Amino acid sequence: MTDVMHNFELFQPATLADAQAILGDHEDAWIIAGGMDSLDWFKHRVKQPSVVVDIANIPDLHGIREEDDRGLWIGATTTLTEVNESEAVQSRFPVLAQAALRVASPQIRNKGTIGGNVSQDTRCTYYRDGFPCYRAGGNTCYANTPTAMNREHALFGVSRCVAVTPSDTAIALSALEAMFIVERRGDRSEVAAADFFIGPDIDITRMTSLEPGDILVGIRVPGKWAGSRQYFEKVADRNTWDFALANIAMAATVDAGAISDISMVCGAVQCTPRRLTDVESLVRGETPGEELETLVKRVAARGAEPLNFNHFKVPLMENLAMRAIRSLA
Amino acid sequence: MAYKLIGKNFIPPDIEAKVTGAADYAEDFRADGMAHVKFYGSPMPHGRVNSIDLSEAEKIPGFLAALLPEEVKQPDSPVGFPILTSEPTYFGQPILAIAAETEQAAADAIAAVRMDMELLPFVTDPLESLQPDGPNALDGLNVAGSDIDAQELKWSGRDFALADENALPRGEAPVEWSFGDVEAGFANSAVIVEESFVHASNAHHAMEPRSAAAYWEGGKCHVWGSTQSTAFAQPGLANLIGIELSDLVLVSEFCGGGFGGKGTTYPLMALPAVVSRKLNGRPCLLRVTRNEEYNNGSARAGFQGWAKLGFSQEGRMLAADIYVVQDLGPTSGFPDFNNVGSAAVIVFQPEAARFRATPVLTNTVPKGPQRGPGENQAANMLEPLLDKAARELGIDRLALRLANAPGGGVGAKYGHEQGPVTSAYLREALEMGAEAFNWTERSKQSGMRNGSKVRGYGIGEAYHTAGSNGFDGLVRITPDGALHVHTGVGNLGTFSYASTSRIAAEALGYEWDHVVLEYGGTTKHVPWNLGQFGSNTNFTMARTNYVAAMDAAQKLKEIAAATLGGSAEDYELKDERVVKTGDESAGMSFAEAAQKAIEMGGRYDGHEIPDDIHPMTQASASAIAGTGLVGVAKDNLPKDATVPALAAAFIEVDVDVETGKFEILDYHCVADCGTVIHPMGLAAQVRGGAMMGFGLATSERHVYDPQYGRPNAQALYQAKPKTYLDMPAQMNWAAVDQPDTQSPMGTKGIGEPLEGAASSALICAISDALGGHLFNRTPVVTDMILNAAEGRPQSHKPLATNTV
Repeated sequence: MTDVMHNFELFQPATLADAQAILGDHEDAWIIAGGMDSLDWFKHRVKQPSVVVDIANIPDLHGIREEDDRGLWIGATTTLTEVNESEAVQSRFPVLAQAALRVASPQIRNKGTIGGNVSQDTRCTYYRDGFPCYRAGGNTCYANTPTAMNREHALFGVSRCVAVTPSDTAIALSALEAMFIVERRGDRSEVAAADFFIGPDIDITRMTSLEPGDILVGIRVPGKWAGSRQYFEKVADRNTWDFALANIAMAATVDAGAISDISMVCGAVQCTPRRLTDVESLVRGETPGEELETLVKRVAARGAEPLNFNHFKVPLMENLAMRAIRSLA
Repeated sequence: MAYKLIGKNFIPPDIEAKVTGAADYAEDFRADGMAHVKFYGSPMPHGRVNSIDLSEAEKIPGFLAALLPEEVKQPDSPVGFPILTSEPTYFGQPILAIAAETEQAAADAIAAVRMDMELLPFVTDPLESLQPDGPNALDGLNVAGSDIDAQELKWSGRDFALADENALPRGEAPVEWSFGDVEAGFANSAVIVEESFVHASNAHHAMEPRSAAAYWEGGKCHVWGSTQSTAFAQPGLANLIGIELSDLVLVSEFCGGGFGGKGTTYPLMALPAVVSRKLNGRPCLLRVTRNEEYNNGSARAGFQGWAKLGFSQEGRMLAADIYVVQDLGPTSGFPDFNNVGSAAVIVFQPEAARFRATPVLTNTVPKGPQRGPGENQAANMLEPLLDKAARELGIDRLALRLANAPGGGVGAKYGHEQGPVTSAYLREALEMGAEAFNWTERSKQSGMRNGSKVRGYGIGEAYHTAGSNGFDGLVRITPDGALHVHTGVGNLGTFSYASTSRIAAEALGYEWDHVVLEYGGTTKHVPWNLGQFGSNTNFTMARTNYVAAMDAAQKLKEIAAATLGGSAEDYELKDERVVKTGDESAGMSFAEAAQKAIEMGGRYDGHEIPDDIHPMTQASASAIAGTGLVGVAKDNLPKDATVPALAAAFIEVDVDVETGKFEILDYHCVADCGTVIHPMGLAAQVRGGAMMGFGLATSERHVYDPQYGRPNAQALYQAKPKTYLDMPAQMNWAAVDQPDTQSPMGTKGIGEPLEGAASSALICAISDALGGHLFNRTPVVTDMILNAAEGRPQSHKPLATNTV
């Protein structure tokens, strides 16, 4: 932990085309924007890329635009503060505005981007400290041993690695069924949130489907949930500069007192944002109320497999789901 | 008594530089040709270096030199704290250092070092080390501590078997004392509370890491360091470097936080000096990273403990039996354990008590004093037990505390010797706080439910010894009439270096804008002062500045008598003049007297100095001799009792039983700090202490994976000190404002109990919201609250420590 970065070649392209050209020339290039995650890795010398491409100055990657379907396009380098303060985001997708507001600290939100927030690496302390774990290319998981300190780790989806997603906005964007716009060698594609975030069973060394050379250009939030009833809550030990012990995001429509449609996602309980499909199928067509809350609590964390120190996440997850449903009453 | 300066707000002279960024900290040191130093930290919790290969490191462009363990002075004691070591006893401990032309090159060279190391047995849990066949943190040693010979101590299997499940085993204790008839006290008790508990260790989190710079010039070693204690740190630092005190120049104008961790000398401050010596005096800067600060920056000691407390029907504590096992870290650490016992005695005034302690070596971050070392852990561990007793007795929790708290000034008893105190007004603090907080009415809302939130109330009390004596004062009146107060206290951030200097100004009748504070390093010619720690500064340096001012006052009168006739007794000080009593027209200004002092020489201008002052003060006084009227004296004022700083806190919280989160709705703290010396400074201490206390109570802790002996919380975001957004918008405070009997103007310190009162009040309030649930573990973290609310078991084993 030297706090002194290694030497690297820094490129600061002004256009997407230039960025792609640079990435094409340098296979191990590391993309940076706000630097809130990257600089820690560099300062600790756990990651030492020889080329760094700073995309923060590319105008095409920044800003918030309205889409025809009442949705929004959010550039990847748009800061979390800008997302939170956007009137369009606040009015149509308050769950995202609130999630952005709960990320880290005001200072970090002023520099950190939404693209960086969704694609940041996991905060498993063993992995971050440079343990040669599966995720780091090794052959064991240090966070899932009989003595491991795994309070912050996964309840679901363990596949050698027990790390969890650290992102708050990823949970909200997943609930809003956002599309992630990825530029790969000149080809642009839209990747659904469910496919953008990947678990260790797909690739244990990455948290997203982004491959080396890919650029996350922006995020398209479809109009489907614009103006719907939305809910976000994050529980962390501190009220700022802390990662979630669990968080929840919900978008729902209520028709004649009954829940007509719903999307609910829980974070920090597995490697990817966890869609609570059991809850969704339970509550569709149901009227919010105490009985429904009781049933939601019953199913929200079904299938959880707690580690040594994280069984508290089971009631926490249950209660967050219950509170989200309660907000619809 | 009406004072001109004491009890009034003022702006300390370092404020502007701090808020504008103009302040230069040790890390800001720059010099032509400066080399950069980095060190190689141990990758294991306990190991032995078999060989070091520097061949690749030496090839790094810019490499200058490497400093190896055998090149530095090693401590005399096996539990000492070396600068570099070939047998590291904790993760991250410096093994070797490298200097290079740039910091980048130094870091690259460190990365190129090839070290062959052997992992040695290690332990992170003190109770594990006390097991009959338990591992030792050091070769053949597992118990040490202040006034305790380093030794191997194992409890018997029988000791462990005798303890109830989940209760602290209580084997042989190196520390044991008692007074009164403890067994009779329990026999007469209406209620007995008996609990085992754990208190975590936690880091200091100083914003400024312990970076340091050094160079050698003119036979002297110049060090820029971060210290709480400009004068007090110097002898130890000179010793570490291996030079005479007179050959050390220390510059430390600002200190970006210490909390006890920079109270005395620490090895890293000496490292750039010894590297610089190897480079023939070339300036060297060691920039310590957050991670390195975490591993080497000292920490509060944790405890595994047990207490049995007996109470009369009225809530009077008739007997206390307390046993603590301290997590000492790998060095002799700090005797927090002693302070647990002394805190319990002064705060609860039990009629009989027994105290036992076993400090155990572990391969964790070296422990040092942290704000209320031992006393604040005692508050967190024991105050919730008072609540349990009150509930079982069916009496108000405030009433039980009032039945025990010392009050009325003198009369309270301290320590196992049951000695006297200089002043104690904890009972009055509780009464004032209860009235301002409206405790009696508000606490009736305990348990009130609002949705998922439950209301809880708590009271906390805490103590720290707040006064020493025997140090020196040094003041100077220059021919321009200004009063220069030379202070070696250190600029920790509490402003007490400045506020205690006002004692001298007050004693001489000065206007504050005619006072110059000389502080921040040896170049300011500072006297031998106690460190800026232990809530001691106020009382101790109020006395030193007072005696120096009195010496100056006497000399002013003598000079006036010698100049204007009569005897010194005929004169008095008024409006920065020394005038004849009853005839103010006959007199001279302080400026004129200062000029006269220079002309008279001898003892008046510092050319003759008292025999009983410390060599550091002698050197400083000699350095300023001939520049004005010099007042210099050792504090020989009477002191025959312990000086207690005490605080009481009241808190209101809402606990969300669905998430484990809580919100602090109201906070009120009352300080027994003697005469208030600086209201704004006190307010800042109350708030800062509370903020630190809330973190101590609910989020800060060391976490070690016992399989690897590596800390899992090495960053601020992992170790979780509280932030502004965790605090209530407003925190209220008051002071008893009763003068201490042995402080010249009645002032005494308060910094430390302000944290312990806050932390213990918060723990009690969370417990109250949960119907009196006892966690018996500090910190009380989110998952613990949720598990308790949900009726689930906790994840940790009851006596496990250094764990989540």
